Amino acid sequence: MPPRIAARRHCAVLRLASAARPVRMRSTERKAKTMHDLTEEQRMVAQTAADFSRDVLAPGAARRDREKAIEPAVLEGLAALGFLGMTVSPDHDGAGADYVSYALALMEVAAGDGAVSTVMSVHNAPFNAILDRYGTDAQKEEVLKPAARGEFIGAFGLTESDAGSDAGALKTRAVRRNDRYVLNGGKEFITSGRIAGWAIVFAAVEGASTRSPITAFLVPTSAKGYVVAKVEEKLGQRASDTCSLRFEDLEVPHEYRIGEEGEGYRIALSSLETGRIGIAAQSVGMARAAFDAALAYAKERRAFGKPIIEHQAVAFRLAQMKAELEASRLLVVNAARMKDAGIPCLTEAAIAKLYASEAAERICSAALQTFGGYGYLEDFPVERIYRDVRVCQIYEGTSDIQKIIIARGLNA
Amino acid sequence: MSQFDLTEDQRAIRDMAAEFAAERIAPHAVEWDERKHLPVDVLREAAALGMGGVYVREDVGGSGLTRLDATLIFEALAAGCPSVSAYISIHNMAAWMVDAYGSDEQRRRFLPALCTMEHLASYCLTEPGAGSDAAALRTRAVREGDHYVLDGQKQFISGAGEADIYVVMARTGGEGAAGISTFVVPKDTPGLSFGANERKMGWNAQPTRAVIMEGARVPAANLIGREGDGFRIAMAGLDGGRLNITACSLGGAQAALDRSVAYMKERKAFGKRLDEFQALQFRLADMATELEAARTFLWRAASALDAKSPDATRLCAMAKRIGTDTGFAVANQALQLHGGYGYLAEYGIEKIVRDLRVHQILEGTNEIMRLIVARGLVGRSSGN
Ligand SMILES: Cc1cc2nc3c(=O)[nH]c(=O)nc-3n(C[C@H](O)[C@H](O)[C@H](O)COP(=O)(O)OP(=O)(O)OC[C@H]3O[C@@H](n4cnc5c(N)ncnc54)[C@H](O)[C@@H]3O)c2cc1C
Ligand SMILES: Cc1cc2nc3c(=O)[nH]c(=O)nc-3n(C[C@H](O)[C@H](O)[C@H](O)COP(=O)(O)OP(=O)(O)OC[C@H]3O[C@@H](n4cnc5c(N)ncnc54)[C@H](O)[C@@H]3O)c2cc1C
Repeated sequence: MPPRIAARRHCAVLRLASAARPVRMRSTERKAKTMHDLTEEQRMVAQTAADFSRDVLAPGAARRDREKAIEPAVLEGLAALGFLGMTVSPDHDGAGADYVSYALALMEVAAGDGAVSTVMSVHNAPFNAILDRYGTDAQKEEVLKPAARGEFIGAFGLTESDAGSDAGALKTRAVRRNDRYVLNGGKEFITSGRIAGWAIVFAAVEGASTRSPITAFLVPTSAKGYVVAKVEEKLGQRASDTCSLRFEDLEVPHEYRIGEEGEGYRIALSSLETGRIGIAAQSVGMARAAFDAALAYAKERRAFGKPIIEHQAVAFRLAQMKAELEASRLLVVNAARMKDAGIPCLTEAAIAKLYASEAAERICSAALQTFGGYGYLEDFPVERIYRDVRVCQIYEGTSDIQKIIIARGLNA
Repeated sequence: MSQFDLTEDQRAIRDMAAEFAAERIAPHAVEWDERKHLPVDVLREAAALGMGGVYVREDVGGSGLTRLDATLIFEALAAGCPSVSAYISIHNMAAWMVDAYGSDEQRRRFLPALCTMEHLASYCLTEPGAGSDAAALRTRAVREGDHYVLDGQKQFISGAGEADIYVVMARTGGEGAAGISTFVVPKDTPGLSFGANERKMGWNAQPTRAVIMEGARVPAANLIGREGDGFRIAMAGLDGGRLNITACSLGGAQAALDRSVAYMKERKAFGKRLDEFQALQFRLADMATELEAARTFLWRAASALDAKSPDATRLCAMAKRIGTDTGFAVANQALQLHGGYGYLAEYGIEKIVRDLRVHQILEGTNEIMRLIVARGLVGRSSGN
């Protein structure tokens, strides 16, 4: 057991993980096969997440999609498991888990409810990850610790209407005034923009002497001038609010600046490896849920006198889905392991995100097709999973952006 | 059509439908989707332009056009809203079945109101236990004097609840395709009822409901064709239906492509317009190429059906497979080209993606299309 974890035996992940031990022992051979490459601790985390996902997340996913909200009990549940401070060290009230465990937990959560996995993902990285790395002691005390305990949800505000893939083009302005900055501008697509307690936002400081004016700020969402202009209606991920924000003379005290002036862009990009491993893990989780549903259905549903899985086209499609799922999972675990070993993995994280998110769409679409007309109905989970997973090719860098990163590595 | 081009008349028909779609359908498509609203008034306006009985004969109010003409119309309407266009196409399919296989009396009784869309029609084949294997359907029709009494349940019926006329395939004889007959069941038939409107991924501008028949008595005069003809009639309807649904896919996809091109001219990233990045240009090129290929093939299949060519069924199945797969892929690429905005309801692209997804499933899944084509190549053993 790694010392970080051993140091804090009360750590929530561990506590629940040990409770899950008997379940794990009964786990099927199939599960053992896909988990052979994990440490005992990683398996326990995955099992804990899988139990929570099966018992709490999956049963309410369709309702959350319809009601476009996540009930507090779900977030409290994630908090109790330590899932809202996974890679934060126990010194800061986190679970001190490694990145492989983090990825596995996200997979399981995403298998239960993709929208919940998005909230969890943004909260852990970039939100916690940035504070953990760049926050001052005071910021860690005031914000990171309660964030890691899961007392509120964190948001990350980078994208703007004219700065998406090209985030460096952002236009939100920060003007120094006495002991504070005054922010004006807007952000688009901000996950948890409405439910969050705190947000990390990026703005260009006027008159900054640095090469880039972009600077990171920590903002309580209760601050005057933090305005949720709109909660978007979208294809999927409906339970996770995606917000258009407006900053109207939003005042941020100097002590809430993260890092130095001009350091913002680097800070924004710093958590991308983890963020992309996260999205890739979510993709795998959602795809696996769709695959499992399709497989079970294919064994039940009969057409032309036999279960449809006995039609070779159906069986081969499931085989292809399984192969792509397994490849995706291995890419995610590989990138997470590199991260754990302290090896730079920008390319590997980009490959995992590119491949897993695209494979996940194919798998979910094939799962939908396997259900025939029923796949198109909200009574079955696959159409929702398809809608939810579609965004994995867009946020945290579109597929094209992943290709730019991979290609840059090739042509270096 | 000269070999590979449209005639003057065909262009005029297409332009008329396109104009109608742009004015009367497109501006409301996102809202109808959100409100789950079937715009019956707009359907009737379309019918007034001749789109309620596109290939129904003229003596009963039809437009007497060809299958190729119909694909032009449905593609153009779908550029406004695939779901609305698809419902009109299903209505046309059902009306055509009455026109082609009904008696003169039946044609005169049912078709005038169908052609004006004063009456809407639904096509009722699928059952809970009989989807792809439609010949396994179990709804029974038993003759009692000069009536038939129908018992059974149809599943996924487009337009059900709103429609006035239900063209129902039911079993009058033994197992298999030969025991099936086709009936016209009016909405007010006692014993006919409807399930709840299904909550679904897309196609929200038209209802989908179960149609339940419990001792539903219809006059024997509502039997279309003869007993045992039903499966053949249903499949003949689907040949044209598949062309139309394919046209709907192409129209939705073309609209998504056109909007992507326009969007990319405006949108900038990294100091360039999006349409200046080669990877994105090539993607547009592939989208346009594949759409054009699917469209050309659709016209060929439609011409074959117009010519009553012996390989028409096979060509219609091929066209449906390639056209609906292509349409979905193109719309999905368009979503991606819009970045995060593609994912938002407001932009209307995600709606096209949701709508087109079902075209790969209904009117015979694309696996069943392959089955039909494969049977033609290797014989019936490929059935399962
Ligand atoms: C549900 C959801 C949640 C989100 N959550 C957050 C959040 O919490 N915080 C946040 O800051 N942002 C968030 N985003 C925003 C997301 O990260 C952006 O949408 C994404 O980065 C793409 O930016 P864009 O939408 O402006 O697309 P654009 O950058 O306009 O891209 C449009 C298209 O052009 C392509 N493209 C762009 N540049 C190039 C190039 N150089 N070469 C080739 N192709 C290129 C893209 O791949 C894409 O296909 C979220 C988005 C969604 C949909
Ligand atoms: C929105 C909507 C509207 C519809 N409207 C109508 C309507 O108006 N009227 C109507 O009658 N029906 C309608 N349908 C029904 C539609 O035609 C059926 O859903 C479709 O035919 C598939 O049947 P099923 O859903 O029972 O799938 P199943 O037949 O159960 O098929 C399940 C899966 O198995 C595959 N499969 C089945 N057999 C084989 C085989 N031999 N080889 C390989 N793969 C196979 C299928 O391709 C599919 O992927 C509608 C459906 C929807 C979703």
